[in-house]
Amino acid sequence: MKHKLGFVVACFAALALYPAVAGSFGLDLVTKIMVYAIFALSLELLVGATGLVCFGQAAFFGIGAYAAVLLSPANGDAPGLWWLLPASVAAAAAYAAVMGALCLRTQGVYFIMVTLAFAQMAYYIVHDTPLGGGTDGIYLTAKPVLGPAASPWLDLDKPLAIYGFTLACLALQFGFMALLLCSRFGRALAGIKANEQRMRATGFSTYPYKLAAFVISGGMAGLGGFLFGVKDGFVNPELMSWHLSGAVLIMIILGGLGHLRGALIGAFAFALLQEFFKSEAIFGAFAKHWTLGLGLTIIASVALLPRGLVGLPGQLAARLTGQRPSSAAAANASEAP
Amino acid sequence: MDLATFLIQCLNALQYGLLLFLVASGLTLIFGIMGVINLAHGSFYMVGAYMAYALAPVVASTFGGGFFATLLVGLVLAVILGYLLEWAFFSFLYEREHLQQVLMTYGLILVFEELRSLLVGDDVHGVPPPDLLAGTIALGEMMTYPVYRLFVSGVCLALALGMYLVFTRTRLGMMIRAGSNNREMVQSLGIDVQFLYRVVFAAGMAVAVLAGMVAAPISSVYPGMGNQVLIICFVVVVIGGIGSIRGALLAALLIGIVDTFGKVVFPQAAGVLVYVLMALILLWKPSGLFSAG
Repeated sequence: MKHKLGFVVACFAALALYPAVAGSFGLDLVTKIMVYAIFALSLELLVGATGLVCFGQAAFFGIGAYAAVLLSPANGDAPGLWWLLPASVAAAAAYAAVMGALCLRTQGVYFIMVTLAFAQMAYYIVHDTPLGGGTDGIYLTAKPVLGPAASPWLDLDKPLAIYGFTLACLALQFGFMALLLCSRFGRALAGIKANEQRMRATGFSTYPYKLAAFVISGGMAGLGGFLFGVKDGFVNPELMSWHLSGAVLIMIILGGLGHLRGALIGAFAFALLQEFFKSEAIFGAFAKHWTLGLGLTIIASVALLPRGLVGLPGQLAARLTGQRPSSAAAANASEAP
Repeated sequence: MDLATFLIQCLNALQYGLLLFLVASGLTLIFGIMGVINLAHGSFYMVGAYMAYALAPVVASTFGGGFFATLLVGLVLAVILGYLLEWAFFSFLYEREHLQQVLMTYGLILVFEELRSLLVGDDVHGVPPPDLLAGTIALGEMMTYPVYRLFVSGVCLALALGMYLVFTRTRLGMMIRAGSNNREMVQSLGIDVQFLYRVVFAAGMAVAVLAGMVAAPISSVYPGMGNQVLIICFVVVVIGGIGSIRGALLAALLIGIVDTFGKVVFPQAAGVLVYVLMALILLWKPSGLFSAG
C-alpha cells in the first residue's frame, strides 16, 4: 500500500513541477491529458469499482462542455467560474440521474448498449438541432474567471492558469474517489461488483447505490467536459460521440481496472502513445499511419499484460525473482484494494 | 407518399434490414456462442467490401473473372482469415474478462483500418454490379427498381434459411448449441470445442465479409464504413436478444423499417430514431426480444 501512495504522490508532484520545464505545446498537451484522466477516473468509478460498464460516458463529458458554453453570457462578458462550474457539473449529473434511473433496469451487455443509446440521443440532439450549433459546434466567447472582472484572481484564458486549475481538479477528484471507495458507500459498491445477488440477500437495496455511483460519475465526467470546453474555447458534437466513450473505456482497461491509478496511467499511456506514433520526427512519412502502431501496441498489451499497465511492476518482479507469474498474480489480486 | 413510392421504400427497408441481419448474425453467433464481444466485426464487413473492389481485377486475370467468382474467392479467403485470426488473437482470451476482449478487438479495428489504408488507399470506390443483374424492373408507370437490390435480399434470405437449417438440423449445429450452453461438459464428452469455436468464428467472419461484398455495389466502398455498421449491428444483436438468430432477423427488419421510413417521414430525427427504439425495447424487455437464455 505504501509504495502505491508514493507513486501517486510522485506523479502529482511531477505534474506540479512540469510547467517549469514545459513549452507551450507540452503545457497544452498535458492539460488535455489531465482532462482525459479526470474523464477516465469518472468512468473508473462505474466500471472498475461498481462493475457497471457504461458505454455512454461521453454524453456527460459533452453535456458538461456544452453547458459551459451555452450558459455563458452571450454578450461576451467573462462568466464567473464559481457558478458556471457547478452549473455545468449539475447539468451532466442531472442527465446521468435520468439515464441511470432507466438504464439500471438492464444488466450486462444490455446495460452497455442502453447507455450507448442514451448517449447517442444526446449526440443527435446537439448534432441535428440548432440548439448546440449543429455539426459545426459553437465557440466560447469569453473564458470563465474567478474574482472581480477587471483584475481576476484566476483567468482561465491563460495556459498556466488552466493547467494549474485542471491539476487541482484532478488531485481533488483523485483524493475524493480514494476516500469514497474506502467509505461504507465504496465498500457497498465493491460488494455489488463482486456479487450483487449476495448484496441484496444481505439486505442492501443495491439500486440506490448504483444510481448514486452513476450520478457522481456523470458529474465528474461533466467536470472533465467543462475543463475541455474551457481549455479549447470550442465545443462540437464529437465530444458526445461513441468514439470518445470507447476511447475512455480503452484508457481504463489499458491502465488496469480496479485501481484508481490505473485510470491515471491509462489516460497518460493512451494519449502519449498516440503522440508518439503520430510524431513525424520518429516515424517520418509513416507517421500518417499512426493508428497501426497504436493498434499493435494495444494488442500486444492485451496479450502480455492481463491486468493492464498497473500489473506490469508485479509481473516484472515475479520474472526477476523467478516466481511463477500465476502465484504472483494471485498474491497481487488478494492485496489489491 | 403514393403507392409506388411506398412500395419502393418497403423494398429498400427490407433490403437494408436483411443486409443488417447478415452482418449482425455473425456478431450474435460469435457473441452468443463464444462469449466474445467482437468490436472488429464491422472491420470484417469493410474487408469484404474492399475485397469486392480489389479482388475483382485479380480474379478476372486468373480465372477469367466474373462477380460470382470474386464472391467465391473472397469467401474462401475470409474463412481462412477467420480461422487464423481466432487462432492468433482469440484462443487465449476465453478465460479472461470480457473487457480484455473489448480492448483486443479495438486494437484489431485500428490495425485493419490502417492496413486497408496501406494496401488499398483512402479513396472512395464504386463497384459495378454484375451485368446479369444490372437492369431494373418497372414498378407502376414511373418508378423502377434495380434488380441487384432484389438479388441482395435474395442472398440474405437464402443465407438466413441456410443458417437456420444448419443450427437446427445438423450434427454440427447441435454441437455448437451444446458448446454455447456448457463448454466444459461438451469438451468432456469428447468434442473438440477449440475446433468448434474456430469454425464458428470463421463462419461468422465469412458471413460478415460476404455481406460487405454484396453490399459494395449498393453502398460504394469507403474508409470507416466498418465502424458505421458496427454500432448498428450491436443494436440489432441486443434488441433481438444475444445469441438468437431469430431475434437478430426480426430486429434487423424492424430497424430497416424504422430507419428507412424515418428518413422519409422525419428527416430531422432520422439518426436518433433507431436508438430511441432500442432504449424503449430494452426498457420494456431488459434482455431483448428473444433471449437465448
